[in-house]
Amino acid sequence: MIRDITLGQYFPGNSKVHKLDARTKIIATIMFIVELFIVNNFYGFALATATMFMIIKVSKVPVRFMVKGLKPIFIIIIFTFVINVFMVDGTILFHWKFITISYEGLYRAFFMAARLILLILGSSILTLTTKPLSLTDGIEKLLRPLNKIGLPSHEIAMMMTIALRFIPTLLEETDKIMKAQQARGADFESGSVIHRAKSLIPILVPLFISAFRIAQDLAMAMEARCYKGGKGRTRMNEIKFTRSDIYASVFLAAFLAMIIGTRYI
Amino acid sequence: MSIEVKNINHIYAEGLPFETVALNDISFNIDDGKFVGIIGHTGSGKSTLLQHLNGLLKPKSGSITVDGVDITAPGKKMTEIRKKVGLVFQYPEYQLFEETVEKDVAFGPKNLGMQGEELEATVKEAIELVGLDFEEIKERSPFDLSGGQKRRVAIAGVIAMKPKILILDEPTAGLDPKAHRELLSTIKKLHKNEKLTILFVSHNMDDIMEMADSVMVLENGTLVMNDSPERVFSRWEELEKIGLNVPQITELMKKLEKKDSSIEGNVFDMEKAASIIKNYINSKESKAQND
Ligand SMILES: Nc1ncnc2c1ncn2[C@@H]1O[C@H](COP(=O)(O)OP(=O)(O)OP(=O)(O)O)[C@@H](O)[C@H]1O
Ligand SMILES: [Mg+2]
Repeated sequence: MIRDITLGQYFPGNSKVHKLDARTKIIATIMFIVELFIVNNFYGFALATATMFMIIKVSKVPVRFMVKGLKPIFIIIIFTFVINVFMVDGTILFHWKFITISYEGLYRAFFMAARLILLILGSSILTLTTKPLSLTDGIEKLLRPLNKIGLPSHEIAMMMTIALRFIPTLLEETDKIMKAQQARGADFESGSVIHRAKSLIPILVPLFISAFRIAQDLAMAMEARCYKGGKGRTRMNEIKFTRSDIYASVFLAAFLAMIIGTRYI
Repeated sequence: MSIEVKNINHIYAEGLPFETVALNDISFNIDDGKFVGIIGHTGSGKSTLLQHLNGLLKPKSGSITVDGVDITAPGKKMTEIRKKVGLVFQYPEYQLFEETVEKDVAFGPKNLGMQGEELEATVKEAIELVGLDFEEIKERSPFDLSGGQKRRVAIAGVIAMKPKILILDEPTAGLDPKAHRELLSTIKKLHKNEKLTILFVSHNMDDIMEMADSVMVLENGTLVMNDSPERVFSRWEELEKIGLNVPQITELMKKLEKKDSSIEGNVFDMEKAASIIKNYINSKESKAQND
């Protein structure tokens, strides 16, 4: 079902990771992604994987739930793996007719797949443990220095908040409309490509109308409550950099040093 | 066409922290030609239950038999079931999408393979059944209609599939009193003239009392009562505890009964209530004269 999509979902919890400042987590995630590209050997991957699973453990998000989020991109991972296995030249391990598998190809394919999986799992820790509101708060604060060069950081953050907030609403709406059309005998699963594309019309038209209606209602509600942008706006819950953020930062710096270290093993 | 539901369960988001048990071991039978009312407070599982009856949702366990066919069996052809069981969703006007009313109503029957003159005649009949003027409305865009008209067009879209069982999820929600009355009489007409079996969800107990042969009460996914409206509504205290009420006239009579236990509280229609009150006043007056 369409509601099983976990992308960008928040997993309610009260762990140490949940409580960290969103800014710490955003920077940590960016660092982790960069580090995945610094890593160039088995030791590095082992270290990154172990660290990531340790963080998942601390965050108390079930691994099963995270792996479920991998499902939609499974095909991409397989595809990357296969392409690398067959396309990279080198010492030949296996040869049969036109199929050749080289040692280098296998090595590269393994690393690419591992990188992708770690990338997605790693960045999903951020969205799973951070409420969308804190996440955009964090982004707004991080972007604030750019206000000086005319970047409207509050507005950007507000747009992101609204977009994130309405992903589940629109999924719900899609689910409802699909069911309503199925009840009228619509069939989305069989038939030719053209037939299937056409069968989307009864979903898309009502969905667009709903989306516009929702947007209009929201705009009206915001205006009715005197929303007028970021100027002079304060927050009910200021995000705070706490002691545990300092510990986390030290930990992350150590992790970065170790990752760089693995390049020289 | 009868419906037989045996021990069905449904859980949303199973295994996640936001898991909800929406249906809990529900069993009931509905005989052919009955008019069944379903009541329950918000989130009690009414819509979830209805979606099981035409195969949109599959139960976690248990079985559903419609007209002798087990619709939970794997590999069942769904269009067959959709043809027998018409489901009108909550706020069905949001599913309209075509350029004209006629085309929109034709969507369902076309999916079932109807075409040509038969299709045209069916669409015309369905639009007229819901009390709209076919010639006047057929070329109009569904998006330019009033709320009540949109609702009727959406219902016509389901009726045009000629189901034997018609399920309506809060069909009168958000309509003005006139549109409300008209829609109810349309539904009654479908029940009487077209001999449809009808399942009807409503938060309006007066409507349920007036129309239903039997009432099912859901609470937190459990079927807590399934009985005649009189018997269900005589259990006022229990209903109140689960956030429901009784028809207004019954509520009045129950309140009077509390003041003076010589008044019968289990009264469900206006006429009878009026005569009870009249008798009571008369007896009081004659008593006062005697004193
Ligand atoms: N698609 C879904 N995913 C997760 N939970 C759901 C979903 N649909 C319904 N629920 C939950 O299941 C329970 C029953 O919902 P349902 O829609 O059947 O209630 P209802 O009786 O129709 O309520 P209402 O009177 O508001 O229409 C609710 O707690 C609801 O939050
Ligand atoms: Mg409902």
